[in-house]
Amino acid sequence: MTALLETRGVWQRFGGLVANSDVSISVGRGEIVGLIGPNGAGKSTLFNLIAGVLPPTQGSILFDGEDVTRLPAAARCQRGVGRTFQVVKSFETMTVIDNVIVGALVRNTVMREARRKAHEVLEFTGLAARADVLASDLVPAEKRRLEVARALATEPKLLLLDEVLTGLTPTEAQTGVALVRKVRDAGITVLMVEHVMEIVMPLVDRAIVLDLGKVLVEGKPADVVRDPKVIKAYLGDRHAVGA
Amino acid sequence: MDKDFAARRRRDLIIAAVLAAIAALTPLFVKDVVVQNILILTLMYAGLSQSWNILSGYCGQISLGHALYFGLGAYTTELLFMKFGVLPWFGMLAGGVVSALIAMGLGYPFFRLRGHYFVIATIVIAEIGLLLFHNWEWAGAAMGITIPIRGDSWLKFQFLRTKLPYFYFALALCCLAWFVTWWLEDSKWGFWWRAVKDNPDAAESLGVDVFNSKMGAAAVSAFLVAVGGSFYAQFVSYIDPESVMGFQFSLLMALPAVLGGIGTLWGPVLGAAILIPLTELTRFKFGGSGRGVDLIVYGTLIVLISLALPRGLLSLFARPKKTGVSR
Amino acid sequence: MGLLYGLIAVGLALIFGLMDVTNFAHGEFLMIAMYLSFFLFAFFAIDPLLSAPLVAAALFIFGAVVYLLIVRFAMRAKANAGMVQIFTTFGLAIVMRGLAQYFFTPDYRSIPQSWLGGKTISIAGIFLPEPQLVGALVSIAAFAGLYFFIHRTDFGRALEATREDPGAVALVGIDKNRVFAFGWGLGAALVGLAGAIMAVFFYIYPDVGASFALIAYVTVALGGFGSVFGAFAGGIIVGLVEAVTALVLPPSLKSVGIYAVYLLVVFIRPRGLFGSI
Repeated sequence: MTALLETRGVWQRFGGLVANSDVSISVGRGEIVGLIGPNGAGKSTLFNLIAGVLPPTQGSILFDGEDVTRLPAAARCQRGVGRTFQVVKSFETMTVIDNVIVGALVRNTVMREARRKAHEVLEFTGLAARADVLASDLVPAEKRRLEVARALATEPKLLLLDEVLTGLTPTEAQTGVALVRKVRDAGITVLMVEHVMEIVMPLVDRAIVLDLGKVLVEGKPADVVRDPKVIKAYLGDRHAVGA
Repeated sequence: MDKDFAARRRRDLIIAAVLAAIAALTPLFVKDVVVQNILILTLMYAGLSQSWNILSGYCGQISLGHALYFGLGAYTTELLFMKFGVLPWFGMLAGGVVSALIAMGLGYPFFRLRGHYFVIATIVIAEIGLLLFHNWEWAGAAMGITIPIRGDSWLKFQFLRTKLPYFYFALALCCLAWFVTWWLEDSKWGFWWRAVKDNPDAAESLGVDVFNSKMGAAAVSAFLVAVGGSFYAQFVSYIDPESVMGFQFSLLMALPAVLGGIGTLWGPVLGAAILIPLTELTRFKFGGSGRGVDLIVYGTLIVLISLALPRGLLSLFARPKKTGVSR
Repeated sequence: MGLLYGLIAVGLALIFGLMDVTNFAHGEFLMIAMYLSFFLFAFFAIDPLLSAPLVAAALFIFGAVVYLLIVRFAMRAKANAGMVQIFTTFGLAIVMRGLAQYFFTPDYRSIPQSWLGGKTISIAGIFLPEPQLVGALVSIAAFAGLYFFIHRTDFGRALEATREDPGAVALVGIDKNRVFAFGWGLGAALVGLAGAIMAVFFYIYPDVGASFALIAYVTVALGGFGSVFGAFAGGIIVGLVEAVTALVLPPSLKSVGIYAVYLLVVFIRPRGLFGSI
């Protein structure tokens, strides 16, 4: 069986700065994969390349057997890539349900169906009670969940999560972890970027560690955390200890 | 919850129908020509502002150049009539189509711009249109076009003895613009527009075609405003560049929506219902002196409302929203 | 001529460009300054060139007061901040025009005889009207002064920091309102200077501001928001384009060239020539 997502020798340069060099990763169907690494490792850049925010300088990206390298974000969403944003980007003047309806409209052109789908997703993500609240009135943890709900409403095959667990209280993080598991159990593949290893390691099936724009190590979480290269990369980064 | 929503939509529709019916009956009681005139202008600006609101309120692309489409509607209709004998009814459609096409043509370069750069570009393009018409001999240049009135005629949409046909047309235009907004509000386009306004990047990631959303909004908005321009030309039966394409029209279209509640269904109607009679009354009462008292009153009002109610007058009626932390 | 546009634009560049506040009453500031100059001449026979500093000082106070009384509240709006700014300042502009009509009547006025009016000077065989020349010199000085002010003084840094993050500057003890009130005062003083010089060779009437305001916005946007040098360059370009257009097209179309160049520039560079925001 082919991988759901594959990057082949992807490079991204910004002027003289190389953010990603020769990154080749693959994500199989039904997996939860963690993309981790110290600050400035190029995680966010790779994430944006996969989501289609910008095309890579070099290399190609395959999704579901199709070359999507040059497709813009909206077209990738139609093919089944859903994403969240590290800095939350809710539609602030719209209600929670309306936020989710925007996502649901990709697959349902009839409003009645889009609305029904949106309600389903709100139930699934535990936001149903907040349906008629303005997005700007949500607390930060709820906004994160709304981002996930919105992306789920597009009925993705692959869900890209950008630091959705970072900055939450331990209780909120637990709820978040449960939600990610639930998403996977619903048959959706998950690729999550996280900076803090402790949160993601118990959750993911496989971890890919980026450092200085390159893939450093990849494998089972238990093996990855013991890998001397990973420890070195993280110890060089003071944040890893505190977190 | 869905039931609530459907009920609210139905309620809006019923209120609109009742208001339209009441408006339709007013000429039975209001015989005064000056007041009728004010009513016609109020309805026209309500319709125009509602149309402006589609692009600038819902889709968030603030245009202060809609006078261009207003003027294009007026000029297309009158030039077709005067030069080719095309009846204003067809001219009206033609004006709408021309404006919508130009709006989309301009959209290609314009929608790459953001913020102030976009707003200034819209002002500038309308100014260019104004200056070009000023110098276009064939279109009457600065002298404008006077439409010869040869008696009441539905065919030529001109009336000497009565203002009622104009009144009902303005009412129809206002209702049309309102209904289009109502209908689009709960459609894919309506949701896309609001998403584009609030956060284009997030919209893009959810499969929204951001660029075409803006184009669609621009086309609908320009079409309706151009029809309004055609109407105005027939109504005043004389047009020149300043009187149909001047910057003041861009502002007068935006003001009711902004004061009433930008990006809302009822804002433009409410804003126009208050603002336009007030403008006309202050002009009527104080304007004669030529000493600017009308301007002082009018300007002060705009400042006060903008400052006191940034969400518009409609926010006075809004029910308090559920807020607070969940569970 | 371009430098004069520059001079009108420099005040706007400070308010609109550096503080990111839309001021639709900028033209009316200019109008007030021109009237001040006129009355100082008419009643006290002070030549506009001498009264220019007085006018600038008066406008400084006026600008600061407008900020403290009105604009401060417009900036506080949580919803539709952009529209609130546009329409409060637009409303203000209308009020100012109305007041001017009320007190000064809509008549056209001009300053008949001044030191500079109508005189020309010959430099290397080219005849230049003196007022324009003085305007150009003042304009260059104003730009240089503002540039120095923004980039070399604590106030300039405070201003920029305040625009970028008002919350953070509050933490280090900068009062946002004081910084912005001063900025508005300064912007108004600069346009006061422009008004004083322009009063010499333009008719003065209540709507005079409107005809210059749009060009000033275009000048600032052409140069790019957030850049003093950009506004200066914008002013020169606008002047040159206008001169060239006047040679090719009928005089009533002279502004078309300016507008077309603005559109062309932002289509290629959506943030103007030197813009940072």
